[in-house]
Amino acid sequence: MKNFDLVQADQPADALKLKSAASTTRFIAGGTNLVDLMKYGIESPDTLVDISRLPLDTVAKTATGVRIGALARNSDVAVNKLITDQFPLLAQALLAGASPQLRNMATMGGNLMQRTRCYYFYDTSTPCNKRNPQSSEGPSGCGAIGGFNRIHAILGASSSCIATNPSDMNVALSALDAIVQIQGPNGNRSVPLIDFHRLPGNTPQRDNVLETNELIVGIDLPTPRMAGKSHYQKVRDRASYAFALVSVATRMAVENGTIRDIQIALGGVAHKPWRMPAVEKQAVGQPATEATFREVARQLLAEAKPQKDNAFKIKLAENTIVRSLQTVL
Amino acid sequence: MTNQKTYLIDGAGRRWFLKQSSALAGLFALPPLRFSTAAAVDQPTGLPPAGKRSLTLKINRKTYKLDVEPRETLLDVLRERLDLTGSKKGCDHGQCGACTVHIDGRTANACLLLAVMQQGRDITTVEGLAPGKTELHPLQTAFLEHDGFQCGFCTSGQLMSGVAAIREGHADSRAEIKEWMSGNICRCGAYAGIVAAVESVQKGGKRV
Ligand SMILES: Cc1cc2nc3c(=O)[nH]c(=O)nc-3n(C[C@H](O)[C@H](O)[C@H](O)COP(=O)(O)OP(=O)(O)OC[C@H]3O[C@@H](n4cnc5c(N)ncnc54)[C@H](O)[C@@H]3O)c2cc1C
Ligand code: SF4
Ligand code: FES
Ligand code: FES
Repeated sequence: MKNFDLVQADQPADALKLKSAASTTRFIAGGTNLVDLMKYGIESPDTLVDISRLPLDTVAKTATGVRIGALARNSDVAVNKLITDQFPLLAQALLAGASPQLRNMATMGGNLMQRTRCYYFYDTSTPCNKRNPQSSEGPSGCGAIGGFNRIHAILGASSSCIATNPSDMNVALSALDAIVQIQGPNGNRSVPLIDFHRLPGNTPQRDNVLETNELIVGIDLPTPRMAGKSHYQKVRDRASYAFALVSVATRMAVENGTIRDIQIALGGVAHKPWRMPAVEKQAVGQPATEATFREVARQLLAEAKPQKDNAFKIKLAENTIVRSLQTVL
Repeated sequence: MTNQKTYLIDGAGRRWFLKQSSALAGLFALPPLRFSTAAAVDQPTGLPPAGKRSLTLKINRKTYKLDVEPRETLLDVLRERLDLTGSKKGCDHGQCGACTVHIDGRTANACLLLAVMQQGRDITTVEGLAPGKTELHPLQTAFLEHDGFQCGFCTSGQLMSGVAAIREGHADSRAEIKEWMSGNICRCGAYAGIVAAVESVQKGGKRV
């Protein structure tokens, strides 16, 4: 690991000041992703701003729902009563992610920002447009396209990158209509989670819409319009401590056998949690039966384009959606 | 039942073992053995070298003062500087759990923590689990009784996670133990014994 300077921030405003001082500065929270990437030489900042002690680690009731501080630990949020009572989907997704040791250090903001686990991104001897967008001969290329791409995207990919977002938490937040609260040098802004992460297009180096001089301060969860049941289903190569091949976060409210409200987000399939509000809208008013669930799944995967090794994910995602919806029925 | 004293790796016993093994090593050019007392590792006074930070770490109820570079991980500082080699380096990337320590009472992978960020935190390593020099922690005893060792490389991390699983109430069934021990990746022949040991301590109801 290249050496670097480290400065500690006690307040969000100090963190922002320290960050804007140099372009090769990064925030560090739990460090579980950043330190890992620095060891591989994928990130090599000159300065780290330690934000781990900012007073932004509480979960609190608000007029419209619940606000979670960006520095709240994943393991604390997963057992917080406000979350387990009102947003069990988030608690379930958090506990499905990583290991106890990692969740104890991982923060909400850090989890939003964690980078892809694409093997070629991690292997600095292979080309990667996300890790190294430009070389002297033009774009670097993508090791995964034409390489071994069993874990890669089936939706929303581009010819420059087929990586997926690896987070479980993000999938649940997407289904829950979460809003990311951001503080910048010129004030605050709010970005709905579904617009926070980006599709790769021809700038895959940018995972999300956060500017380099901005700090995530919190995540808001609005109280759902209608109470319903929820479920997070994660499918992976072993029973625990592995990233998702496919995951599905569902919320559904059913009355007299009819779907009244429904949210579905998919993980492991795209550069961002995959949600299609138009498909959800059409499902409202339909009978809550397997036939409807199959049709919803088919529509969600209608645009899927497999790579050489991951065509199995399409069927897997469809079946996992149906299974999830049956679970919340 | 196993005689605990035979297994205490400390003081005279450890020195005896090291003497025997270095005699066996014979002609190999071994580096000089270091027997640092467990007290604070003192650096010569003066300003820390360029790029280094003066740091105070609270580990196993003792205070250590040292100068570190910001890039040094807690695991490297424990092993390379403080001679606390109980925490092991397996993958060095948060994937195996061999480096598991407790930070303010909760488990963490020391390989992904920067030492400079741990000032003021309460750090416990496997060396600090036992209540005293002549007594093992109940889970350490249970590992002996249930044969929870194989190569032993993963043992210290498994102990740290096992203790946390019991303390936090995640050891009520074998399935639950396995889920909450999943950050410690070793699944060798010793694993069945490890799970049994955690289960027996939980059932024994002793405060851990
Ligand atoms: C072996 C392993 C397995 C894992 N398995 C899973 C899994 O199954 N599912 C899953 O979801 N995750 C998994 N993770 C990822 C883990 O959840 C993330 O590493 C963690 O959430 C990152 O949080 P952090 O606080 O440690 O982030 P850091 O490493 O501190 O930061 C990550 C990035 O976010 C930026 N950042 C952090 N906080 C802020 C903020 N407030 N504002 C702006 N930028 C910020 C940092 O600058 C950095 O670029 C795994 C990780 C490892 C190492
Ligand atoms: S899929 Fe994206 S992250 Fe992976 S090698 Fe290609 S460009 Fe890099
Ligand atoms: S050495 Fe830290 S998890 Fe493997
Ligand atoms: S104890 Fe080392 S492989 Fe299991």
